[in-house]
Amino acid sequence: MSNLKRNRRIDKAFKLVGIACTLFGLLMLVIFIGNILVDGLQRIDWDFLTNLPSRKAEKSGILTAWTGTAWILALTAMIAIPLGVAAGIYLEEYGKKNRITAMVEVNIANLAGVPSIIYGLLGLEVFGRLMNLGASLLAGAFTLAILILPILIVATREALKAVPNSLREASYAIGATKWQTIWHQILPAAGGGILTGVILSMSRAMGETAPLIVIGALAYVPFVPKSPMDEFTVLPMQIFNWVSRPQHEFLVNGAAAIIILLLITFIMNGIAVYLRNKWQKKIMW
Amino acid sequence: MVLQCTFAISGRKKLCGKTEQKVMKHIEAIDVNAYYGDNHVLKNIDIAIKENTVTAFIGPSGCGKSTFLRTLNRMNDYIDVFHLEGKVLVEGNDIYKKKVNVEELRQKIGMVFQKPNPFPKTIFENVAYGLRIHGEKDKKKIEEVVEQSLVKAALWNEVKDKLKKSAFGLSGGQQQRLCIARTLAVEPSIILMDEPASALDPISTAKIEELINELKQNYTIIIVTHNMQQASRVSDRTAFFYMGELVEFGKTADIFTNPTKKQTENYISGRFG
Repeated sequence: MSNLKRNRRIDKAFKLVGIACTLFGLLMLVIFIGNILVDGLQRIDWDFLTNLPSRKAEKSGILTAWTGTAWILALTAMIAIPLGVAAGIYLEEYGKKNRITAMVEVNIANLAGVPSIIYGLLGLEVFGRLMNLGASLLAGAFTLAILILPILIVATREALKAVPNSLREASYAIGATKWQTIWHQILPAAGGGILTGVILSMSRAMGETAPLIVIGALAYVPFVPKSPMDEFTVLPMQIFNWVSRPQHEFLVNGAAAIIILLLITFIMNGIAVYLRNKWQKKIMW
Repeated sequence: MVLQCTFAISGRKKLCGKTEQKVMKHIEAIDVNAYYGDNHVLKNIDIAIKENTVTAFIGPSGCGKSTFLRTLNRMNDYIDVFHLEGKVLVEGNDIYKKKVNVEELRQKIGMVFQKPNPFPKTIFENVAYGLRIHGEKDKKKIEEVVEQSLVKAALWNEVKDKLKKSAFGLSGGQQQRLCIARTLAVEPSIILMDEPASALDPISTAKIEELINELKQNYTIIIVTHNMQQASRVSDRTAFFYMGELVEFGKTADIFTNPTKKQTENYISGRFG
């Protein structure tokens, strides 16, 4: 009897602890977002989005930063998604399960945890110097693509793993080749999961600053990049630049840019959720 | 449907509907041994299965009957540690030869699984899939074959008004018949069934059995089952597997009433298994 009571008390206590932990996280987020909004919201207007950076805080805008971010995202996606998804498909569907694949697997998981500045050094050496891309958008995109590749591969593999084997067997059993089975059955079924991985990795790429600093991206870019070979800046670098200045006006600019960056992240995640739901409706489980 | 008759032998071209010449041994295994890694799962299996008959594979769990069934359409190819010795002949051709086109083989040897596994697509697309992957583009032809296949699988009347609906809206028994229709659509001559009714209720099971009875006029059917009554109801011949060996193979009536081996008798009388 007393045991039963004790169990119930533990149950209740755990529930309370859980609520407290959740609230703590939420509270921090609310404080952070509230702070940023109070600081930066009044600064956001059309001019802020369309102005070039300037030495005067009130005249500065983030045009070059957000166009740079858009360029980087598009290029990174074009490089990383085909590579990552294809590698994931190979490892999961084609690769024999032996010691070598096991090693590759462990290494990929480890790569996902390597500090991003290391990728910056790799990018500087391989793309910046060896391939002679300098501090261009393309060099940055390649570097970020390599950075998010492990995340993409792991996400793709997990999504493929979640597809029941009976689906593969059903397809093979009526004479489909491996590729037909992957293309017509497995990818559609795994698409939602792969898409989630893609968006998550792109969000990660969008927020990265360190590797871009290493490859030599500029903080002050007085023009909008027109080609992949142009030099560039991105939102996080612009933010970093502004918040490290002493004048209060620039801090306000930083807060405003953070709001824009968050907004883009939310929009991307929103699109991901929308696409995933739409996808799941098409797959008739 | 453009089906090439590459498996045809001795002037027999059944798929093309030309010269019909009886081949007695439709499937033949000669001294088949199979291994999962070091695990010897099939031991010296010799068996010959005649055309247009129903053969039941029975035996306790782990006796190798499903493994053997899967060697017949090479579904074990995807298991890395699987390894096979001996010969499996289908219409006289060794299906484990290097140059054999496995996709073509599987088109010819359909398979129905234990748990109904329709594709997450419409009922129509489930049946049409086989045609599409084999390159059929003619819409009319596809519609025709889909209808015929569903009729043959005794499902047409139940689904004709909801062909565009998801296959997952069907009951388990209907799903299983859909899987049979999907197999029939690519015009196999052999159908392998791996406990096709074990996940179904008695009425659905009866329908599947009825269907097997009808299909055997045109197809060679092999069914793995745990249900002894089912084996005796649907099959012409029965093979009893035990510990990876084919213990006894003969007419179903003989196996169930007058088995020659002690192990068979013990198993069918329910003393073990």
